Amino acid sequence: MKEPKDRLPAATFEDLAMPWFDQLYNFARWLTQDTAEAEDLVQETYTKALRGFSSFQVGTNFRAWMYRILRNSFLNSRTGLKTTIALDGEADENLLPAENTTPESILIEQADRETVQQALSDLPVPFREILLLCEVEEMSYREIAETLAIPIGTVMSRLFRARKALRDLLQNQNKGDRHGL
Amino acid sequence: MACEQWGSKLDAYVDGELDPAEASVLGAHLRGCAACAADALGQVQMKRAVQVAGKRYAASTELRNRVAKSVIVKPRRQPGWHWTILAVPLLSVVVLSVAVNLYIGRENTRRQRVYSELADLHVAALASATPVDVVSTDRHTVKPWFQGKIPFTFNLPELQGSEFTLLGGRVTYLAQTPGAHLIYQVRKHEVSVFIFQDRGEEIASLPSGPVHALSFNVENWTQNGLQYFVIGDVGAEDIQALSKLLRDAG
Repeated sequence: MKEPKDRLPAATFEDLAMPWFDQLYNFARWLTQDTAEAEDLVQETYTKALRGFSSFQVGTNFRAWMYRILRNSFLNSRTGLKTTIALDGEADENLLPAENTTPESILIEQADRETVQQALSDLPVPFREILLLCEVEEMSYREIAETLAIPIGTVMSRLFRARKALRDLLQNQNKGDRHGL
Repeated sequence: MACEQWGSKLDAYVDGELDPAEASVLGAHLRGCAACAADALGQVQMKRAVQVAGKRYAASTELRNRVAKSVIVKPRRQPGWHWTILAVPLLSVVVLSVAVNLYIGRENTRRQRVYSELADLHVAALASATPVDVVSTDRHTVKPWFQGKIPFTFNLPELQGSEFTLLGGRVTYLAQTPGAHLIYQVRKHEVSVFIFQDRGEEIASLPSGPVHALSFNVENWTQNGLQYFVIGDVGAEDIQALSKLLRDAG
C-alpha cells in the first residue's frame, strides 16, 4: 500500500493505529507485569502517537514506530526507570552454538504453556521484550532494530542470549519438577 | 562446512533471516546431518512455544473504547477543484504575509506545544486508575497537601453556590518544572487546572485568554507570579467561569 503524499492525513491515524491495539496491550502487559500500568501505558502511547503523527514520515515502519513510543514511555515510567536495559559486553558477544545438554525438542514437549509463560516473566526485560518482538509479533530483525534503536548485529546477539537464557530457565524448572516428584 | 560453524547461523535460519544462498547450503546440510536437524527442530519448537505462551493478555473492552475514542480525528474537508483557481491570487497574498506569519507561526507552535503537553497531562490523569493523589472536595485539605511538594503556594476559590466541585489534586511537571494539577468537576465533565511558577521565557509569555486547542478549551493567565492554565472538554463559558473564580481567589 503506497501513499502518494509524503505525509498521511490525520484521519487515517485511527485506521493505522487501532489494528495494533491488542498486540500493543499484550506487549505493554508483559513489560509492566501489571494491568493498571499496562492500561495507562497503552493510553499514553496512543496519545503521544496521535500528537506526533503529523511528523510521522511515510516509508517509516508504522508498527515499529508505535512499539518504540510504547517502549520509551515504559522506560520513562516508574517501573521502567527501575529496569536495566543495558547488557554488558553485548556488542562483542560471539554467537557460539548452544551446548546441548538436553535436546530442546524433549525439553519443550515437557514445558507446557504456563511453564513457558513463567519463564518469560522471569527473564530480564531486555530478553523478554526481544523474544516477544521476534516470536509473538513476528518482527524482522530490521524492525526489531528500529523498535529497540539498536544495530542488527546487537539484535542477533541479544536474541541468541535471550533464547539461551530461556532455555536455561526451562531446563532448571524441568530439573526442579523432577526433584519434586 | 562443519556442524559447529553452522551453530551460530541456525537462529537466523529458523527466523528466516539468512540470505538465500547460505540458507540453501544450510538446508542441504540439515537434510544430511541428524544432529543439526534436531537442533533446528528444537529451535522451531522453542519459537512456537514462545509464540503460544506470549499471546497471553487481552485488554478490556473498556480500555479499547477509551483509547479508540481518544484517537478519533475529525476528518478535514478535502480541497476541491476551485482551490486551484483561487491558488494563484492566494499565493501572492501568502508570499506578502510570510514575514508576519513566521512570527505568529512560531508563537502558535510554541503555544500548541505547551497546550498539547497540558492536554496530555489532563487526558493521562483522567485515564489513570488514580487521577488524583489527594482526594478531597475541601480546598482546605487540598491546598495544604501541596506544602513541601511544590516550591510555591496558591489560593483556591470557595465553590459554594457554583456548579463546580473540587475532586482533588496531584503534583505534575511541565518542562521539568513542578506544579499543581487540580481536577474540578462540572456536570460530570472533568476540568484540569494547572498552576506553575511564572518562569519568564518558556511558558509565561504565552498570550493569555481563551483558546480552542485540540478540541479542548483552554484559558491561561499570569497572576502574582503564577501561571494558570484551565483546560477541559467543556464549553468556553464553563472554562471562563472557573477561571474567574480562580482569578478572584488568587
